Amino acid sequence: MKAYTASVPPPSDDKRWKSVMATMRRHGSDSSALIEVLHSVQEVFGFLDDDSMRFVAASLRLPLSKVYGVATFYHFFSLKPAGEHTCVVCMGTACYVRGAGELLRAIEEVGHVKAGGTTADNKVSVVAARCIGSCGLAPAVVYDGDVIPKAQPEDVKNQIRRWMGHDA
Amino acid sequence: MTLDELRELAEKERQEQKSIPHKVNVCVAAACLSLRSDQVLKAMQSEVKKRGIEDKVKVKGVGCMGLCARGPLVLTEPQHTYYQSLKADDTEALGAILENLDGKPVPEFALSPALPFFASQQKIVLENCGEIDPERIEDYIAADGYSALLTCLSSRTREDVVQELIKSGLRGRGGGGYPTGLKWSMVSKAPGAQKYVICNADEGDPGAFMDRSVLESDPHRVLEGMAIAAYAVGASTGYVYCRAEYPLAVKRLKIAIKQAEKLGLLGNNIGDSTFNFTVEIRLGAGAFVCGEETALIASVEGKRGVPRPRPPFPAYSGLNHSPTLLNNVETFANVAPILRKGGDWYASIGTEKSKGTKVFALAGDINNTGLIEIPMGMKLHDIVFSMGGGIPNDRKFKAVQTGGPSGGCIPEQFLDMAVDYESLASVGSIMGSGGMIVMDETACMVDVAKFFMDFVRDESCGKCVPCRVGTTQMHGMLERISEGEGHPSDIDTLARLGTMVKATALCGLGQTAPNPVISTTKYFRHEYEKHITDKTCTQGKCACGKPEPALPKAGE
Repeated sequence: MKAYTASVPPPSDDKRWKSVMATMRRHGSDSSALIEVLHSVQEVFGFLDDDSMRFVAASLRLPLSKVYGVATFYHFFSLKPAGEHTCVVCMGTACYVRGAGELLRAIEEVGHVKAGGTTADNKVSVVAARCIGSCGLAPAVVYDGDVIPKAQPEDVKNQIRRWMGHDA
Repeated sequence: MTLDELRELAEKERQEQKSIPHKVNVCVAAACLSLRSDQVLKAMQSEVKKRGIEDKVKVKGVGCMGLCARGPLVLTEPQHTYYQSLKADDTEALGAILENLDGKPVPEFALSPALPFFASQQKIVLENCGEIDPERIEDYIAADGYSALLTCLSSRTREDVVQELIKSGLRGRGGGGYPTGLKWSMVSKAPGAQKYVICNADEGDPGAFMDRSVLESDPHRVLEGMAIAAYAVGASTGYVYCRAEYPLAVKRLKIAIKQAEKLGLLGNNIGDSTFNFTVEIRLGAGAFVCGEETALIASVEGKRGVPRPRPPFPAYSGLNHSPTLLNNVETFANVAPILRKGGDWYASIGTEKSKGTKVFALAGDINNTGLIEIPMGMKLHDIVFSMGGGIPNDRKFKAVQTGGPSGGCIPEQFLDMAVDYESLASVGSIMGSGGMIVMDETACMVDVAKFFMDFVRDESCGKCVPCRVGTTQMHGMLERISEGEGHPSDIDTLARLGTMVKATALCGLGQTAPNPVISTTKYFRHEYEKHITDKTCTQGKCACGKPEPALPKAGE
């Protein structure tokens, strides 16, 4: 099979496209690299928008429907921009048994936002995760990549308030 | 690198390690890290420096020691004492530990190694966890690492390696329990010029973290197992399909692959033989169904993770329609010790049909949450009450859930059961990948069943009707029951529908999805009846009979 080199220009002059294109090159722009490339787009841009999906489709010579299908099939990919901060609440079994549901309710109370949404001021995105594997320290939440063990509803409320600029 | 060069390197490393009499191992696996063990490691190092005893004490970061509930953990050797709940700013305590490396352990923080949690374990998969630095290949080599691979390459035939695996009786540790040796033999006999080895590290079961710990604590072990498998079946390319939710595991795996390639233990002409094997990482993207082998293969190919009917089995037609060997992380981690010590040795551990040891993740309402490795056939009661330390807050045991969303809830009357593949199946659960969630008397079983049904309903890929529609219908019924709107016939309808989904779904996800509901309707029927007839949830978890608490309206 002849390696196909991407000749499709990126949607903008944004320098960040370079790292996406490097991922494509590493895989010879083969269609089997689709998930890897989408990971790369989401890593640098935070989410997948229509332009980036069109670009990926053209570069990997895949129909746009296929790229959209994969992007929506997997939970990890997001088609919407995230808020400034991200609060991940683990909803794995261990965390659920130890009261993760109460954490989500606490967040909803102060941030008026449900899991999967972003606060109205675009400050905080709330994500319910399947299981982050910190079951030994349930219930766990993740503030911008930092795992917080044995989280209490009050702590989570305070963190959300701080992020939203209210006094804790 | 040849076998002799490897032995030389191992000996050199062992001598170097011996020249420093004391070792202080700080756990830097995910759970302890989230308790800031990296700072404990730094503080410990600076304490050693302050005292000027660098030539006597070696402080290093190591993998998981198991008892996550008491983290951050530190292990001192050769004293073999565990210290718990250390803090970086408590320099007094850290100092006291260093001062007493020769004497008695510091009682305030010491954990006796005689605790059943440690003493009842038999470590094969986890033998290096807590002992070696996962980011240094030399540490692994000093612990006999890669010797099994190079021995196979230099002096054993492919058939011989497969036979050893068959003799060991090892069964798939990802949940299926299929005999590993048989699978290897199928792939090795399958016709095809290109074959693949895939390691399933898509640990999707909520409540399970064995694979994560192994990858974070001893990544080379998994790579060595994969390389031996590749040699045995005749593959030259391998993939580790790892969850994107495990960034630390991915990072350590990447480091490990680079190090092994540099020493010629992966790549071309491994051990100066004609055997070539390269490993690449493929990131999952959060789809539970990708734990199913055909769905996982589709995902590695860059497609939606949708399963397909078998046959043809991946052993004959898998990745890119080529013969593909797919095993779980823990299965691969067992391979090197089996070849080092022999299949008979492995087969001498465990029960008649389930050989060897199994790693379990203890979580939920249990004192000693964490990771244990025990011989197959240990009693459930011993696991929960002796090793697990019982239920916190003096509450009563209610059930233990094994196997994640595919398993069932095991009630008190089966606590005397010996844990192996067959016994768990006989009470309507499965071994699964090894998650064990303990629930105390405050758990509502209708709520638990609803939680799992919600999970599988959401994770169903939608390809086959029984799973797509069946799980949604079952979830709807459970929701009605939990809201006090249930009908007395619902319990039997649930069980009937569940049995139908089990019998007709396309893949493992659907075929096991009803297990939590079927097992709870069987063992906790009275709770369902109470929700339906009295419209009350004794545990106060469900919203039956009372209005949903008013919540402020959610913003967009």
